[in-house]
Amino acid sequence: MTAELLWILVSAMVVNNFTLYYFLGLCPFMGVSGKVETAVRMGAANIFVLTITSISVWILNTYILAAAPYLRLISFIVVIASTVQIVEMAIKKISPALFRALGIYLPLITTNCAILGYALFNTNRGYGFFEGLAFAWGAGLGLTLALVLMASIRESTELIEVPDVVKGNALVFLIAGCLSLAFMGFAGLLSST
Amino acid sequence: MSGEDQTIGSEPAVPSAQQEVPPWRLVSTLGTAGALAGFLIVFVFVATEPTIKAHKAMVLRQAIQEVLKGPASFDTLFVYDGALTAELPAGQDPESMDQIYVGYGDDGSQVGFAMVAAEPGFQDIVQLIFGYEAGSQRVIGMKVLESLETPGLGDKIEKDQSFVREFDGVTSPLVGVKPGRATGDEHEIDMITGATISSRAVIKIINNAIERYSPLIAAHNGGGVQ
Amino acid sequence: MRATTPHQDFTRGIWRENPVLIQMLGLCPALAVTNTVANSIAMGLATFFVLMGSSLLVSLSKRFIPNEVRISTFILIIATFVTVADMSLEAIVPDIHKALGAFIALIVVNCMILGRQEAFASKRPVGRSLLDALGTGIGFIIAMLMMGTVREVLGNGTILGFSIFGSNYEPWVIFILPPGGFFTIGFILLGLNYVQSRRKPKQLVAELPGAGTAGRAA
Repeated sequence: MTAELLWILVSAMVVNNFTLYYFLGLCPFMGVSGKVETAVRMGAANIFVLTITSISVWILNTYILAAAPYLRLISFIVVIASTVQIVEMAIKKISPALFRALGIYLPLITTNCAILGYALFNTNRGYGFFEGLAFAWGAGLGLTLALVLMASIRESTELIEVPDVVKGNALVFLIAGCLSLAFMGFAGLLSST
Repeated sequence: MSGEDQTIGSEPAVPSAQQEVPPWRLVSTLGTAGALAGFLIVFVFVATEPTIKAHKAMVLRQAIQEVLKGPASFDTLFVYDGALTAELPAGQDPESMDQIYVGYGDDGSQVGFAMVAAEPGFQDIVQLIFGYEAGSQRVIGMKVLESLETPGLGDKIEKDQSFVREFDGVTSPLVGVKPGRATGDEHEIDMITGATISSRAVIKIINNAIERYSPLIAAHNGGGVQ
Repeated sequence: MRATTPHQDFTRGIWRENPVLIQMLGLCPALAVTNTVANSIAMGLATFFVLMGSSLLVSLSKRFIPNEVRISTFILIIATFVTVADMSLEAIVPDIHKALGAFIALIVVNCMILGRQEAFASKRPVGRSLLDALGTGIGFIIAMLMMGTVREVLGNGTILGFSIFGSNYEPWVIFILPPGGFFTIGFILLGLNYVQSRRKPKQLVAELPGAGTAGRAA
């Protein structure tokens, strides 16, 4: 059981990285990866929301959606949007400092395909409670990893001369391509012989 | 140009305090929208469900036909309460149960069992179905159902017909050998060059599934009528 | 808001404000399912259907939707159309549905669709909203086709499954893998930047007083 959970976590984190392999969470990836500090915060917010989503999805799938599978998408979206809303209000009340630090990132997470993508993959693979959590943390850590790597590279590119043709998003995508290529090296990491 | 284009939306040009929208309107809007949405979705669901189910059943049927090499008919057996049973007690959802399939020849004799199994391969999870003959402990055939292995390399487990045919009639437990090292043993499978991990995954999936279901199959065959 | 002609509403979404390449919206499907042309077309059409349907419904019912709940209502409408599209695809073309997988459902968080409802359909009459949706949808399909064609041709040597280089072609497999998605869109953007940079000096020269004489580089 533990080995399986570990496989799920590590696989979601590096082998099938949510951003670099599944192309999820690209909007924040493009927009927020300019500085390492903001990247870390966005990643942390993602992990937080993913954890809560994981539990909600398990509850929905186990108790409610077995009877009405066609309502899955709508209920996921409603749950995710509400979760983010509630989390935002709660953080605002409990820790204004944290709220200021996370700032606008929380609402951005609602339309982030990474969260909904996580919920859908989780359902498709039929994960239970603990597997869902392992998957959520693996995905969240993977998102954070990709964000932080991209941010640190982008911070470095500010110090060098970049050709005009490739400035802006073109450069970001090419860097992402190299990162994705590098991460392909993780494939086969956990396959047993 | 029509006058509509010059106004911005439907908001009235009231400079002072905005009109308060009563809460019941908010709730009723969402409620109506939700009800309409639900109605439309249920309608399309009911309209498409038969087609979708039929297609799924056909795909499964085709796969079973392939891996049992053309049985005349087949039955579904559910794993319930530690044993194989054809009939589930009322109230149990068949879709959530572990199932395997038993195929019969023209004369009604048992051809073999078809099992679906999945485990991690090189890139992601590989899912396959294979046929197994209980008496001789041989694999009848195998077919990869889902795989995301590397195109051009790992995906040969699906696309390379000579690899797929290796599984016809091989004896359990399967042993993978690198190409060129085969000794002609009946347990051996020649692995694909450059896709050793994917090949090993297929072998492992089948071995594990046989190990898992053999006791159940033996109990089913030993106790039941054949 | 500046008044725009119907023609402008329609054409701006197609290229000048292309949702994927210029506005950088809807990137997830643009990269994830463009590994073959067939998948790109299917995804483009599914998104197009959702965009048209929700723009129509939002524009028709904009008077009835209070401001406070507008985003939630938009998302509800979009999610409904996506669910309908998902089930219809599964019934009509099950193989393509399997290839697109969870990304059909992810159309609901395609910021392009919500963006159009928020910026346009909720504020404009039905006819204009439909034109806008039409233009944006076509722009999206064009972007998807560009990505899909490059990736399938280079990565597989085929278009829509038809081999175009013959059997001796050694496919550049990386292009149908994830890194290839990133590289493809990166190079397309690079190309667009280049075209833009060539165009600018000419435009600036043309706008100078005394234009027509031998220009100097801007």
